[in-house]
Amino acid sequence: MESNFVVDKYDVIVIGAGHAGIEAALAAARRGCKTLLTTLSLENLAMMPCNPSIGGPAKGHLVRELDALGGEMGIAADQTCIQFRTLNTGKGVAVQALRAQADKKIYQAYMKNICENTANLDVKQILVEELLIEDSQVVGVRGEQGETFLTKTAILAAGTYLNGAIIIGENSYAGGPNGQRAAVKLTDSLLKNNIELRRFKTGTPARVDGRTLDFSKMQVQHGDASPLRFSFLTAEPVLNKVDCYLTYTNERTHEIIKKNLHRAPMANGLIKGVGPRYCPSIESKIITFPDKERHQLFIEPEGLNTQEFYVQGMSTSLPADVQIEFLRTIAGLENVQIMRYGYAIEYDCINPLQLKPTLELKNISGLFSAGQTNGTSGYEEAAAQGLIAGINAAAFVKQESALILKRSESYIGVLIDDLVTKGTNEPYRMMTSRAEYRLLLRQDNADLRLTPYAIQLGLATPERKKIFQRKQSQIQLATKKLQEIKITPNNQLNDSLENLKIGAINNTMQLAELLRRPNVKYKTLQKIFDLPEIDDDSVAQVEIDLFYSGYIEKQAELVEKFDRLESQILPLDIDYSEIKNLSLEAREKLAKIQPHSLGQASRISGVNPADISVLMIWLNQHK
Amino acid sequence: MYNKDTISAISTAVGSAGIGIIRLSGKDSIAVADKIFFAKNKKSLRKIETKTATLGYIKNFSGEIVDEVIVLIMRAPKSYTCEDVVEIQSHGGGVVLQKILSLTLQAGARLAERGEFTKRAFLNGRLDLTQAQAVMDIIQAKTSTALNIAQKQLQGKTGSEIRALREEILKLLAHIEALIDFPEDEVEELSGGSLQNQIDNQLAQIKNLLTNFERGKIFREGLATAIIGKPNVGKSSLLNFLTDSDRAIVTDIPGTTRDVIEEFINLDGVPVKIIDTAGIRNADNLVEQIGVEKSRSLINDAQLILALFDSSKNLSAEDFEILQLIKNRRTIILLTKTDLPEKISVAEIEKLTDAQIIKISTKTGAGMYELQQAVVNFVGVVDLEQSFIRTERDADILHKVQKHLQDAKVSLLNGLEIDFISIDLHSALELLGEITGEGATEDVIDKIFATFCIGK
Ligand SMILES: Nc1nc2c(ncn2[C@@H]2O[C@H](COP(=O)(O)OP(=O)(O)O)[C@@H](O)[C@H]2O)c(=O)[nH]1
Repeated sequence: MESNFVVDKYDVIVIGAGHAGIEAALAAARRGCKTLLTTLSLENLAMMPCNPSIGGPAKGHLVRELDALGGEMGIAADQTCIQFRTLNTGKGVAVQALRAQADKKIYQAYMKNICENTANLDVKQILVEELLIEDSQVVGVRGEQGETFLTKTAILAAGTYLNGAIIIGENSYAGGPNGQRAAVKLTDSLLKNNIELRRFKTGTPARVDGRTLDFSKMQVQHGDASPLRFSFLTAEPVLNKVDCYLTYTNERTHEIIKKNLHRAPMANGLIKGVGPRYCPSIESKIITFPDKERHQLFIEPEGLNTQEFYVQGMSTSLPADVQIEFLRTIAGLENVQIMRYGYAIEYDCINPLQLKPTLELKNISGLFSAGQTNGTSGYEEAAAQGLIAGINAAAFVKQESALILKRSESYIGVLIDDLVTKGTNEPYRMMTSRAEYRLLLRQDNADLRLTPYAIQLGLATPERKKIFQRKQSQIQLATKKLQEIKITPNNQLNDSLENLKIGAINNTMQLAELLRRPNVKYKTLQKIFDLPEIDDDSVAQVEIDLFYSGYIEKQAELVEKFDRLESQILPLDIDYSEIKNLSLEAREKLAKIQPHSLGQASRISGVNPADISVLMIWLNQHK
Repeated sequence: MYNKDTISAISTAVGSAGIGIIRLSGKDSIAVADKIFFAKNKKSLRKIETKTATLGYIKNFSGEIVDEVIVLIMRAPKSYTCEDVVEIQSHGGGVVLQKILSLTLQAGARLAERGEFTKRAFLNGRLDLTQAQAVMDIIQAKTSTALNIAQKQLQGKTGSEIRALREEILKLLAHIEALIDFPEDEVEELSGGSLQNQIDNQLAQIKNLLTNFERGKIFREGLATAIIGKPNVGKSSLLNFLTDSDRAIVTDIPGTTRDVIEEFINLDGVPVKIIDTAGIRNADNLVEQIGVEKSRSLINDAQLILALFDSSKNLSAEDFEILQLIKNRRTIILLTKTDLPEKISVAEIEKLTDAQIIKISTKTGAGMYELQQAVVNFVGVVDLEQSFIRTERDADILHKVQKHLQDAKVSLLNGLEIDFISIDLHSALELLGEITGEGATEDVIDKIFATFCIGK
């Protein structure tokens, strides 16, 4: 075999077929680009190396947004998940979120099938070792067999595989999650091209054998009776097929862990990377919160066709013998057999401050990056970035304008803006508290916010378009009708209002006013007024918009202010050192981040309001 | 170092009981002071250690003693300006201070510009901006109470109370956010009662800060006071009585650090700023005399009105008009000339007004103590242990914070879910950050992880 041979030529090559890579490849291919998706192992497409679940607060929002934009994760989750629960039901309409237990294997099979059957998309098992870059422009990638693929753009979506190292207790070896190979040479290739890397770590708990668990000693957790769905396209109800279980650690568990702390990799110095605070190992939970007598553990099935159960909350990298010992102190786990040990993984990722909001690297034209490689954690965060990177790589190829979502219109916008503006010191996880306008960024209106982009980009199927337009027109129709119908107090009307527990009225008003009262529903009003028959989703929109209008308007005003700065675009070729009135720190930071708008500039730490005023004046002078 | 000149100025307001200080800064300040200061221990200032006080005399160039003073030396860089600083502390009144100041100028110092000490401190890296602002307050302090307040600020007291308030809101918000972002973790529930308690507490703290702000403002800017009454009722006599005594503070003696002349009367620590002193004094000019019409225009700017009625004469139509004018305004009524035979009594006036009534005589000085006490009571007790918000901007921010907390409470009482409560708490937190210079979102997230055991 020749050592370097050109196999083919692509528009977009995606390195890594995890959750980011798949969405990136599908989006690029669906936008008409000739796309190659590469993976270390075709067996592991869309693998979930950590928890067997999708969604939750903020993460569920991301999936809904991804779906509204024409991504695949939501549909795949609806089709293959085996238990569904809505969280935060009593905490506010905007923070309600769907979370589902996945069947890992079925999910993977579903995704593999989609990828293999998408037009313009090739899927290949290749260990990419080198990025080919000429004049700061990506031109191809080279695999370990010396095979070269030429390309106009490449998307780095290598997850935790970059220089990955697995650590269990005193043992450490090179590798990716679940016994995979690590991508060692690719890291060198990145360094060679002046890409700044950092080292993060994360961990997972043990997987245990279901036949050795005593579920009668645990609390059972069922799915919801009539669950929500991730995808706006899913018409059929989703089905609950399994239960999860809840149990707790106890003093004995903690004792064993404390006794063995010196053998933990974070104590013995084997781990140097920065771990996430929201996903601490059980050992660090015990150190940080010594007064807590017990920690809860969720026992979750990894799928329908396996006995493997995931011990959620027990992430650890203690040695194998300690893992067995402490797990067996837990109610229901007295006779537990571990099938896979918990481990910590350290990996290289790029400093996301090197990225544009399009997810293209600032210093290498045509090279995009998405997912855990950018310092995030989570399947959903990865998928969301993958989609945007795929959309924008296609835009690069087609020489169209890129898609940059605003913080005020999506969680995806918040995620990417945080990454490229503030950077991150730990694996970044999406949280609703990061979104300053979260009342507007609800999972129920993700389609209204984002599907117009999908339609414009050619990512909405005719079906999606139809469903979206139907919802839109139903909402308009009902809203118009609610405003048109004027109600005047009279005995007959007030009697029927009282009967429906709506309460009498004293003044003439629009019918819409009644929906602002607590506990008044559209469906109830339909009984006595001539209101159009509309779908449940549309009803929900109409009700939310009216009932929470005061709060929604308040946030909308803030957004308007926010957008004013956001829409002032800063040219890329500004020489900040020339703008004398800027503070020294601002000049340095601005030059480094190269913000895309005045709004983004204002969020850079070290750039203060006075600097923004200076930039505003400068912009006005240079119009 | 920023400047070679040695500068000199009277650097504190002159209160009746206060110490007047003349401050020198610059590389020659010790040499300059040495020319006019004669220590009791006969030591030259050049030989005296830094930060020690020396008792001695200021003498003029003919060798006559001007005042007995204490001199304090602070050598660079451990001084307020990071330059050599000399402070001459005198118990003498305005005239003595003036004399000492002009002696320092003759000895080689240059008169400081307004705020120049602070500017030097700032430029030499000694002060941050908020501290510099507080110092400007000290420079402009009208009475020693005002001085105390400004000094509290300098020590960062206010900042720490606002930070404490912010910390409480931060904690509450972090709790809510932890419940929202980690619904499956063991974060304890937050009952409506506990939420309301916490918000009520925060509202009480803000109210305190704002009340003290209003009072603090009086101490910084003076209590704007109108003296009104028909002609010949005794207005200028009262003004003269108050200003001729050692209560008069004329902060802006020419040659000190300010140009505008404003007169303040120190009533037991309260700086009283009389509106239109010129108008009151200009008794010769009948047109300028303060009658009812003039009174009408004066009281609009006044925080306090002193309404004078001549007790030796029956009430006239003009008096009744004035009584009408002061209805529902913050007024103290003064019955004047009580050394003369009484025509109208307190009882008579009481029927016509709700305001406090005090009988005074500028001839005998009767009632002046009561007047002083009435003004002090009017301003209210100023708790010096409490902090003071400095600027209108900060007060404005606190008012907005207050509004958000009230809104959060309304949402709570209306039965809305915690997410809606969090919206206003978040706005409150961001606003407080404008005072303390801290961000919101990242702090909330840090707080969540520091407080709750999160993680699966
Ligand atoms: N006996 C007596 N005469 C006073 C008193 N106060 C003021 N006067 C006299 O009342 C006259 C008018 O006083 P003035 O202060 O000029 O009144 P204005 O026009 O209100 O400013 C002057 O002749 C004062 O001497 C007082 O307390 N006792």
